[in-house]
Amino acid sequence: MIHQYRLNGYNIVLDIASGSVHVVDEPAYQAIALLDQGLSKKEVKDRLLESKVGTEAELSACLEDIAELQAQGQLFSEDTYAGKAFDYKNRSTAVKALCLHVSHACNLDCEYCFAAQGKFHGQQALMSFETGKRALDFLVENSQGRRNLEVDFFGGEPLLNFEVCKQLVAYARSIEQEKGKNFRFTLTTNGVGITDEVIDWANRECHNVVLSLDGRREVNDRFRKDITGKGSYDTIVPKFQKFVASRGGKNYYMRGTFTHYNTNFTQDLFHMADDLGFTELSMEPVVAKPGDPCALTKEDLPTLLSEYELLAKDMIRREKLGKPITFYHYMLDLSHGPCIYKRISGCGSGTEYMAVTPWGDLYPCHQFVGEERFKLGNIWDGVTNTSLRDEFKLCNVYARPACQDCWAKLYCSGGCAANAFHAQGDIHGIYEYGCEIFRKRMECAIMIKVAEAMDPELAKA
Amino acid sequence: MEHIKTLNTRDLAEGCGECQTSCQSACKTSCGIANQQCEKA
Repeated sequence: MIHQYRLNGYNIVLDIASGSVHVVDEPAYQAIALLDQGLSKKEVKDRLLESKVGTEAELSACLEDIAELQAQGQLFSEDTYAGKAFDYKNRSTAVKALCLHVSHACNLDCEYCFAAQGKFHGQQALMSFETGKRALDFLVENSQGRRNLEVDFFGGEPLLNFEVCKQLVAYARSIEQEKGKNFRFTLTTNGVGITDEVIDWANRECHNVVLSLDGRREVNDRFRKDITGKGSYDTIVPKFQKFVASRGGKNYYMRGTFTHYNTNFTQDLFHMADDLGFTELSMEPVVAKPGDPCALTKEDLPTLLSEYELLAKDMIRREKLGKPITFYHYMLDLSHGPCIYKRISGCGSGTEYMAVTPWGDLYPCHQFVGEERFKLGNIWDGVTNTSLRDEFKLCNVYARPACQDCWAKLYCSGGCAANAFHAQGDIHGIYEYGCEIFRKRMECAIMIKVAEAMDPELAKA
Repeated sequence: MEHIKTLNTRDLAEGCGECQTSCQSACKTSCGIANQQCEKA
């Protein structure tokens, strides 16, 4: 399977099974399209001669180039991975990452919160040190040969339980050498509880911090309010700026949510970059039920897709000026990207990645917490609902019929099980709206890599 | 090649599990498998 598209003046051809990315001239672009339709080389040449796309010599050379890439397995290559299937049902069940819900309480009252203001449709609660300690032991015991283990302090607002966060990191550090493990901690916070002590601790212990800010003041404060209804922007922005500066401007992400009310979300990204000085940015579509006033609509989609293109072109402009910004979904490392196993199996929710509630219950990921039928077990007894775990084991790109003809399947790995469940009631389904957004993001991300390879100004930057 | 430039990409045809869990990276709501890096590639 191949995918062809034109963007920002480049003709781009992706060979899906090999992962190859080609930039081609007009005769090659048209020849590849015709070959993909099943025409013979002679038919392709005749048709392109007739339409004056190139001379006979040019088209012959062009078809030779294409044949050479085919022979090297870099164009029209066969997808042999489905047949191998990698025996997913029997694959290892090593756990390597936990989303630790240290708090099911929050000091903000964001109206669009997928976690129902941090309570996940249940009661307010804070995780005890004993429960957290047992969760870390569960992770070590079930990690098999995995050395790198990841723990995200999540909520609710995790800093409402900062003392336990500190104790848990200290405990992990005390056992990691003996157990032969390397713990990588991350923190996701709304910023209200950031203090100098939090900053010092996070800079010492947290591999990455995710800081929630939606962009412009009026956009952020529409939804991100405290319990009195006051917007959080003026409280959190100075704290975030101090935090980020203390980290040397690295190992953080400003993480925003865009909704139906700010489909021009690039303005929020540019505000964070130009007015606030943040360069590591992530902006995600809201998770909301259809019909919710903040939910993105079908009519919003063309605007969103053009916003992603605008962002990609602007990032190239900034790179040329020597003032680059990072957008999480445009970060691609083509030569050191994920292997085929990772690309097929996806995020690992329910198998190698689980969420732990303040009470020690296990769920496939944070987005399933509170959905009783998705409870996998608990940190004392382990995974007791093994049939549910098996369902998630099989949750890969080849298990989703709708993905088979999609060119982006080995980039998205079949998408998010939680999004599919909430959209179609089936973890093996798809969330088509998210697919449209994802495909556009990938086209833009690859175009940026193409520009970096082709544009001499960018090579200098 | 005169008509085609091929970028340097990892050959997919050519599983240690030590890479970062994508969901933990930045967004928590939409996976970024493609945005992951492999230290061993």
